[in-house]
Amino acid sequence: MAQMNMIEAIRSAHDVMMDRDSSVVVLGEDVGYFGGVFRCTDGLQRKYGEHRVIDAPISEGGIIGAAIGMGVNGLRPVAEIQFADYIYPGFDQIVSELARLRYRSSGDFFSPVTIRTPCGGGIRGGQTHSQSPEGIFTHVTGIKTVMPSNPYDAKGLLIAAIESDDPVVFFEPKRIYNGPFDGDPEKPAVSWGSHPKGEVPEGYYTVPLGQAEIARAGEELTIITYGTLVHVAIAAAEATGVDCEVVDVRTLSPLDVATLADSVKKTGRCLIAHEATRFSGYGAELAATIQKECFYQLEAPISRVAGWDTPYPHAFEWQYFPGLKRMSAGIRRVMEAE
Amino acid sequence: MNSKSRLQIPRPTARPGEKPDFSYLDLSPAGSIDKPPIDARTRDIEHLSGGLVRVLDEDHSAKGAWNPNFDANQLQVGLRWMLLNRVFDERMWQIQRQGRISFYMQATGEEAVSIAQGMALRPGDMCFPSYRNQGLFMYRGVKLVDMMCQCLSNTRDMCQGRQLPIMYHTKTGNVFSVSGNLGTQYPHAVGWAMASAIKGEDHIAASWVGDGTTAEADFHHALTFAAVYQAPVILNVVNNQWAISTFQGTAAGQRRAFAARGLGLGIPGIRVDGNDFLAVYSASLWAADRARRGGGPTLIELVTYRGGPHSTSDDPSKYRPKDEWLSFPLGDPIERLKQHMIAEGHWSDARHESLVDELRTEVTAAWKEAQKHGTMTEGPWLDPATMFDDVFAEAPRNLDSQRRRMLEVERGE
Repeated sequence: MAQMNMIEAIRSAHDVMMDRDSSVVVLGEDVGYFGGVFRCTDGLQRKYGEHRVIDAPISEGGIIGAAIGMGVNGLRPVAEIQFADYIYPGFDQIVSELARLRYRSSGDFFSPVTIRTPCGGGIRGGQTHSQSPEGIFTHVTGIKTVMPSNPYDAKGLLIAAIESDDPVVFFEPKRIYNGPFDGDPEKPAVSWGSHPKGEVPEGYYTVPLGQAEIARAGEELTIITYGTLVHVAIAAAEATGVDCEVVDVRTLSPLDVATLADSVKKTGRCLIAHEATRFSGYGAELAATIQKECFYQLEAPISRVAGWDTPYPHAFEWQYFPGLKRMSAGIRRVMEAE
Repeated sequence: MNSKSRLQIPRPTARPGEKPDFSYLDLSPAGSIDKPPIDARTRDIEHLSGGLVRVLDEDHSAKGAWNPNFDANQLQVGLRWMLLNRVFDERMWQIQRQGRISFYMQATGEEAVSIAQGMALRPGDMCFPSYRNQGLFMYRGVKLVDMMCQCLSNTRDMCQGRQLPIMYHTKTGNVFSVSGNLGTQYPHAVGWAMASAIKGEDHIAASWVGDGTTAEADFHHALTFAAVYQAPVILNVVNNQWAISTFQGTAAGQRRAFAARGLGLGIPGIRVDGNDFLAVYSASLWAADRARRGGGPTLIELVTYRGGPHSTSDDPSKYRPKDEWLSFPLGDPIERLKQHMIAEGHWSDARHESLVDELRTEVTAAWKEAQKHGTMTEGPWLDPATMFDDVFAEAPRNLDSQRRRMLEVERGE
């Protein structure tokens, strides 16, 4: 098995699917000749040609709108939006068209578009390169929302997304493209080289959509999270000495309620963590779901660690980001509650 | 403060109570615009976006290079479908006024757009319509009864009660699902056309928006993509002068013709008399042939007039002269084609009346049949459990449990 970082795993997913299925096409800004600003599509145009790996104008609404039309005409488009912060010009096409086409036409029309987009902070990107807008998309029924936390899942989930006849918005936490990140920016960068989830098969495999995974087994407290914060949560469990079970949601919508609820029923305590702002965030849906499913097993109020309700502040990134300190404080808060 | 404002606010030439004034419309005499070869360079045919392609003259003859030289049968086919569109609209309007459907939109005065363009396209070409293209659905084989059942949201509704009336679709007829969001279909058409080119097929796509929608971002996204990749697509702007109460000047139609919107991108534009059945057909066929042979997109502006209210929820007497349509210099597309056919000796008032009667009977029969599948007040009823279908290819657990919960509540549990 090969060792890959997340970029290589995502590139490999494209390669596998473009090789298997001639209807798979890729479009986006800088994705073709250059291979993408994060290199996720590097080499694909050389291999599959410029009619299947298409450099697009700077027009997110146009990229998504055109991808929908391509999907209706039998192609299986993978559209890259260069940063999740730039996805909003295409939002109407996603919400009003892509998400509802199957429904409004009673299944006669659908468009199997996958929209890939790098998200999240921790990269000194300021407010236009650090956002985590996943909660805006999980609120839209008719699309699936995915965020992997490691190379193995990234490849398997992306292949599943491309194969899905439902539209998928696929968020890539760019802070962990090159290596896992435990939330402490002072530590030297770590690569995926020795991480078990950096072992990625070169060929075809899928990680099914709609299934959460236990990223760290534990007995005292359940941390429900996804993306970069999976690694922060695992590090915080070690740092605090609390035996946390870390559940990696992976597919945010549709949600694998059973895996989450089973864990909280076992531990009796629940901390929910995401980078996105707290108010009306995705964590609120998780909290409501856990409250309903696990009310009689809960020994403490469900708590959240999230981005503060401010725009992403460039100079105060490490006060804003739910890193090791904030995650550890959150764990202690839930453990101390009676 | 207002007296000092130097802002220009566009105004229509006439408001209620004032004399209609269409002096702002640039007209060209029938037959006066040349018809270039389909491989002409955009820069050599820029004048097509400023003139007005017309075939039918004031004396009801057909003139010039754009005359498609239809035989009697082709003319009758066109007239029949335009008339059916109008008769259907009249009946559905009345049905809405009786409270038997919730909403309706007519295409009155614009019937040549859907029918002539429908005839100019091939069955394998994909149409991405606006909400006023019901004629396309009819021409492409959707039965009247099925259109009515859609408007009734009944058990035979193609949308299973999920869409407002008139938001039809037909997979087999290659007409896309109508969206209530304006202009979103434009980039879909371009993407569909790009896919056709990628697959090496010779099908083209066509889409329609109104003059008001040219201000939407999707209009510009679509034009950019169409130009960049030379997508085989016809992009139509149906300039019916009014976007609800907003006249076309508020979409900058007073500054320059909508047909010229693509010139900066190298997309040729043709401004066509949208009420001239023959001109609409001919210009559309030209653009279709050009697209099919790799010549890329064409933007067609169809100059017409919205003869009725925007929808059943609208009252145009509040914002435009009541009789404005009667003064519209391009007249009524049905009347003009009828007079041409009479002048050519193919038609008569008597035959026309008998055709109208026949179509009314057809529409009445369809309405009778449609009601058998359920009305707003009487069954049979759609099963509400179906509202959870087709959100995804397979319903996830949350939808299944919500379906069960909804049914429990309905049963009073």
